[in-house]
Parts: sequence; C-alpha cells; structure tokens
Amino acid sequence: MSALLHLEGVRAGYGAVQALNDVSLHVEQGEIVTLIGANGAGKSTLLMTLCGEPRAQAGSIRFAGQEISGLPTHAIMRLGIAQSPEGRRVFPRMSVRENLLMGAEVLSRANPAPQLARVLALFPRLEERLEQRAGTLSGGEQQMLAIGRALMSQPRLLLLDEPSLGLAPLVVKLIFSAIRQLNAEGMTVLLVEQNANLALRLAHRGYVLVNGRITMAGTGAELLATKEIRDAYLGAAAH
Amino acid sequence: MAYALQQLINGVSLGMIYGLIALGYTMVYGIIGMINFAHGDVFMVGAFISLITMLLLGLGGGAAGPGALLLVLLAAMAATALYGYTVERVAYRPLRGSFRLAPLISAIGMSILLQNYVQVAQGARSKPIEAPVPGGITLMESAGFTVQLSYVQILIVVLTLAVLAGFTVLVTRTPLGRAMRACEQDRKMAALLGIDTDRVISLTFIIGAALAAVAGCLYLLRYGVIDFYIGFLAGVKAFTAAVLGGIGSLPGAVLGGLLIGLIETFWSAYFSAQYKDVAAFGILILTLIFMPTGLLGRTEVEKV
Repeated sequence: MSALLHLEGVRAGYGAVQALNDVSLHVEQGEIVTLIGANGAGKSTLLMTLCGEPRAQAGSIRFAGQEISGLPTHAIMRLGIAQSPEGRRVFPRMSVRENLLMGAEVLSRANPAPQLARVLALFPRLEERLEQRAGTLSGGEQQMLAIGRALMSQPRLLLLDEPSLGLAPLVVKLIFSAIRQLNAEGMTVLLVEQNANLALRLAHRGYVLVNGRITMAGTGAELLATKEIRDAYLGAAAH
Repeated sequence: MAYALQQLINGVSLGMIYGLIALGYTMVYGIIGMINFAHGDVFMVGAFISLITMLLLGLGGGAAGPGALLLVLLAAMAATALYGYTVERVAYRPLRGSFRLAPLISAIGMSILLQNYVQVAQGARSKPIEAPVPGGITLMESAGFTVQLSYVQILIVVLTLAVLAGFTVLVTRTPLGRAMRACEQDRKMAALLGIDTDRVISLTFIIGAALAAVAGCLYLLRYGVIDFYIGFLAGVKAFTAAVLGGIGSLPGAVLGGLLIGLIETFWSAYFSAQYKDVAAFGILILTLIFMPTGLLGRTEVEKV
C-alpha cells in the first residue's frame, strides 16, 4: 500500500534550532489527518518542510511515490500540493480576485474560471469581496481567501495551518464545515491545529507532536479518549 | 517667463531619463529588498551599446531615420537586458540567503567592474557623436529669448510615455506582472503557490535593464557625448529619485525622476550650474531625514 504522503525519519530546523526530529507519518488518499501539539512543537515547520522551506536535513518525504525532499519549493507545489500557511499570508495589496488567480498560476495555460466558480461557491463571502484589496478583509475572510487560493491549483493534497486561529466561533464553524465538504468530495487534507478538540473531531486520524517528535498516533476518536490528550490539549474544552 | 518655460521643457526631458533608470532601482528593491548599485552602470552600458549600434549602422554623423533609431533602441534593450540578467545571475543570486550586506557589497563590486570593463574595452576618452536627431521647434520669442523645443526632447517625452504605458500594462495586467507583484509582497508565499521566484527575479532584472537601456539611448541622443563614468552620477541621481518617490513604488520612481530633473534644471538656471548635484543630493538627505518613505511610499502596517 502506498500512501499519498509518506514521511520517514524527517529531521529539519531553522539554522541551529532543531525543530523536527525523526518524524514519520503518512497520509492516505481521501483522509483528513491532523497534527496537534502545543505552540512551538514544530507543527508549522513540518508543513513548511513538506514544501521544501526549510529543506529536510535527513529522512525521506515521498508524495505519490516520488521523493520530493530535494526539490525546490515551486517544483513541489507543482506536483499537486497546496498550502494555506500560518498567518494566512494573503497578498495584501492585491484584490481578492488576483489573490485567487495567483493560486491558479500552477495551472499555467488552463482556464481558471471553472475552479474560481467552485471556490466562490464554497466561500460565497469571497464573491462579495472579489475586487476588494485583500489587506482590508477581516481575519475570517482572509482565512477563507487563503484556503480558496490554495484550492485554485486543484491540489491532490491540501495543507492547512491553524485555520481557526484568532477567529470567532461562528467563522471557525463555517471553515471547518467547508473542510468537511471538501473532504467529502475527495480532497486529502493534512491539518495543523492548536484547537485539538475541533481538529480531532473532524479528522480521521491524528498525530501528536511534542518538541519536534511524534509521541502519539491514532484515530481521532482514540486520541480524543486518551487521558494524556485530554489533560494536555483539551483542558479548555473540559472546563 | 520664456526662460522658465525653457527650463521646464529641459527639466521634464531630463527627469524622464532619471525616471526610467529609477524604475530599475525601485523594482529590484521591491522584490529582493536590495539596492542594485550597479544599475547606473547598466544604464551606461546601454548608452554604449546604442553608440556602437549606431556606428555599425553608419549613423552618428548627423540626422538618422526613425527606422534606424528604432533598430538602435531595440538592439540596446536586448543587449543591455543580457547584461542585467548576467549581473544578477553571477553577483546576486549566489548570495541570496546570505547576510543582508553581502549582495550590496557585491553590487558595488559589479559597478566598478562594469566601469572598468567599458573603460578598457572602449577607451577612457569621452565619445562624441553628431546629433542624430537635430533641429527643433521655436515655441516663442520674447525679450530676445527664444524658447526651443528640440525634436530630441519630443522624442524623449513620447518614447518614455510609450514605454511607461507598456510597462504599466505588463505589471498590472499580465500573469508575469501579477507574479512580480506577488513576489514583491510575499516572496515565500509566491513560491508556495508554485511560482519559480528565481525566474521572476531574473525577469525583473531583465526588464529593469531594458528600461535603463532606453534611458541610455535617449541620453546619448540628447547630450551627444558619453563616457564610461556617466553611470555613476546618473545612477545616484536616479536612486535619489526612487527614494524621493518612495522606494518600491513604481509611479513614485517616475514622479521622483521628474522632480529631480526639474529641481536640478531650475537650480542650474537660477542659482548655480556648478552646484546642481548638491541640490539633487540635498534633496536625498532631506527626504531621508523628514520623509523616509518618500512621496508615494507606504507607511501603512499590514494586518496579519
């Protein structure tokens, strides 16, 4: 059985700081897999390492059977991976439309209109804001834009970094239901979240990252039922 | 009055040349956050390639046809673009990700290299040509002073406006322009969208050099004499223009160029021609002290 994404013994970091140590995980076609952990555990670094920035210092990263750890970032993304990164990183001085079209750059010659229509159907709020500068959007709208932009390339694997961060509960609900809908249509998702409760309920499987190492793995329900997880990550939900 | 009008004409045509060079500074700064100090010398190379092409075509000894001039311009743009590409490829790209000052030092080295290379290859003497676009229109005469609008000045204004229009379309309407703006706003994110950022940076240097070549060609036509050292002063003035307009802002570069051209011209006309450079650099210092973001620069802090 070959997974869509397969990491083995991956080590990575920024400069002298070792952020990931011997990380192994896999994501199957059609799954939502979540990676939970405290601030600074290395979750975002892991998503960025998948994209070649920073490069993995050791280990192997295979996407659809191909080793990608040595490729430059743009080449990795062109294989069918898209990321909605930490902090959303929309292009603030571009319109919403231009931001979305930037997401379709990978498709080069293909007409982006059908995919644009699909993204706008998923996030109707963006349609109302199409000609507005992205820097003037609210946090929730920026998050929708970041995810929508990632979807424009019609990726096989969607990487989401903290899509709930700093958003009102209602907006979070909207975004998570969009993720669920995408997955129902066949999208494979690797989701990084601090909100472990929410993420584990949504995901098929989850991994727990502590200080750059995977310490636990299991189905969403299994992890939710684990005492360590409840104590360490679901404290807020229990009160 | 007539005298002032004449200075206005002179100032605008000089300012457009500065503006074309300033665009190269501001584009590169916008995308990789570095001042390309070799850019003035790329302008000088553009002027020399224009001269060489003219001589190869048998021009330089008086009036030339528009077709021949267009050929000169295109040849200069193409060859200078190759210089721009090469400078980035050998002197800046290997230093990307190095400490911030490294490419700056490398740029100064490149500047000296280009000057010395042209000095050795073309000789140190200044190279005069007989005006390929002679003549002009007498606009008015008053109190014994004639206001002249030369054909070269018309050419400078028309050609610069045409180039700027094309450049604006490129930046605002094409996928390449969009990718350039994306790299300017967040280069890492652009790479995450599958953009080959190295390629975009190369194209930025190519476009900047081609614009500098237009400026070099026009400079040669207007002043009729060049040497290997013209890039230094023109480069620093265009850099001043870019800072005055707000470094990173494309309209700002053109506006800054026009202002520097006008200030320098009027200063020479009413105060002292010897101290015109002092006027231009005084502006640079005042801008840096009182308005570091320039006229059209950004002060806003983006929402995260």
